Amino acid sequence: MDESLLRTLTPTVISLLVRRGADFAAAEDAVQEALIEAVRAWPDDPPRDPKGWLVTVAWRKFLDAARADTSRRNREVLVESEPVPEPADLADDTLQLYFLCAHPSLTPASAVALTLRAVGGLTTRQIAQAYLVPEATMAQRISRAKRTVSSVRFNQPGDVATVLRVLYLVFNEGYSGDVDLAAEAIRLTRQLAATTEHEEVAGLLALMLLHHARRPARTGQDGRLVPLAEQDRCLWDTRLIAEGVDVLQAALARDRLGEFQAQAAIAALHADARTVEETDWVQIVEWYDELVRLTDNPVARLNRAVAVGEADGPRAGLAALAQLDPSLPRYTAATAYLHERDGDLATAARLYAEAARAATNLPERDHLTRQAARLNAALRG
Amino acid sequence: MAKYLLLKHYRGAPAPVNDVPMDQWTPEEVSAHIQYMREFAARLESTGEYVEGRELSPEGTFVRYGGEGRPPVTDGPFAETKDLIAGWMVIDVESYERALELAAELSAAPGAGGKPIHEWLEVRPLLSVPPTITE
Repeated sequence: MDESLLRTLTPTVISLLVRRGADFAAAEDAVQEALIEAVRAWPDDPPRDPKGWLVTVAWRKFLDAARADTSRRNREVLVESEPVPEPADLADDTLQLYFLCAHPSLTPASAVALTLRAVGGLTTRQIAQAYLVPEATMAQRISRAKRTVSSVRFNQPGDVATVLRVLYLVFNEGYSGDVDLAAEAIRLTRQLAATTEHEEVAGLLALMLLHHARRPARTGQDGRLVPLAEQDRCLWDTRLIAEGVDVLQAALARDRLGEFQAQAAIAALHADARTVEETDWVQIVEWYDELVRLTDNPVARLNRAVAVGEADGPRAGLAALAQLDPSLPRYTAATAYLHERDGDLATAARLYAEAARAATNLPERDHLTRQAARLNAALRG
Repeated sequence: MAKYLLLKHYRGAPAPVNDVPMDQWTPEEVSAHIQYMREFAARLESTGEYVEGRELSPEGTFVRYGGEGRPPVTDGPFAETKDLIAGWMVIDVESYERALELAAELSAAPGAGGKPIHEWLEVRPLLSVPPTITE
């Protein structure tokens, strides 16, 4: 039973139904029901033409729903209007679906949920599990999202940047339950990259591949966080890194730099170093300069200060940090790290403990607590 | 079966026996403590007594409706003995005695020097709906 095939076909089938005259919300519902039936029926009786099967079943589901709503006469009209020529360019339709799901009228959480369902072909249960909320809650979130975009015309041009933002959010959600959202985000971004020529789509794909490649090394067996410098680089996925670098280079060659390409370039420089000492911090600082120029994002400035600390020494890093707002996330942890590098263990230990109290996730809090404990133990001698 | 809430406090509970702040332990002691908590939860899952557990950040605020505009937000209504909850675990067990037994076991998590912390845990029964059949 090829679940990834099902997911790949989902946006195409929705688009086909919409072409035949179903509205988006009804088409999406019908395809979901067809997917559930496929999961049930395919293992025993695999279809020769999976797409044709899905289109037929989804269309029947749509008609069933329409029949429930309207008179028998209307249904017959719909059946009558069924003959459909195979659309010439499905890629465009799928792209429209991306734009619709990332419509600015949706909140980011709704946009993510709708994208995972309509474009990703995940079931409501799978999405709910990934977000650790009850299935009924997620079902409500999705139907609210569908109502919100129900009046949006399907052929309205969308903003690539918004679509990329949604995919980036999906990637950052990581994984839990039985769906790895990071892998799902990569699959969707690959699909998008295949249908659009936008260089930032390639930039985002490269960024995701490069980060995903390092994931096996990022946590220890006991679930603890392993910082970049201490990661076992043998665990990095060299195939994904090579692909990420290729995608990035092709995007950079087009000479239209954007923030995702710049972030991917930084990730590539880390991935390129065989040992932590080989890291090209000078070039990394240069890319952070580009990133700050492109986005003026305070988090990029914070990361840049840490990179400066590596390239030009901890004092220079601390000076760069002093220019920034101390309430930035991870500001205290970064300051602690640079103080330790500068040899001021007492200050570093105090700041690590402070950063642990402010941490927003458990692995990070435990990691920072260990850092404080390590330095305090060293100070006691 | 009845559900109980095991409440872990940052402060506000009576002081534990082995009262050393976590950042003064060794990294190995920190790891051992985390490992103990994780194994405790995993074991209760295997006995079918685990319901859920979450850790809370120490940062919190008090908010109330304050008429039109922004609601008043304060650090807390308590002057000095500010109570802070560190996290909770909900268990579903056969008896009150079993709940006490598990709370005591959780309180024995290792701390500084690898010795049990002996921290106080609050045990509160969860209110439930009335039973359909009363025996």
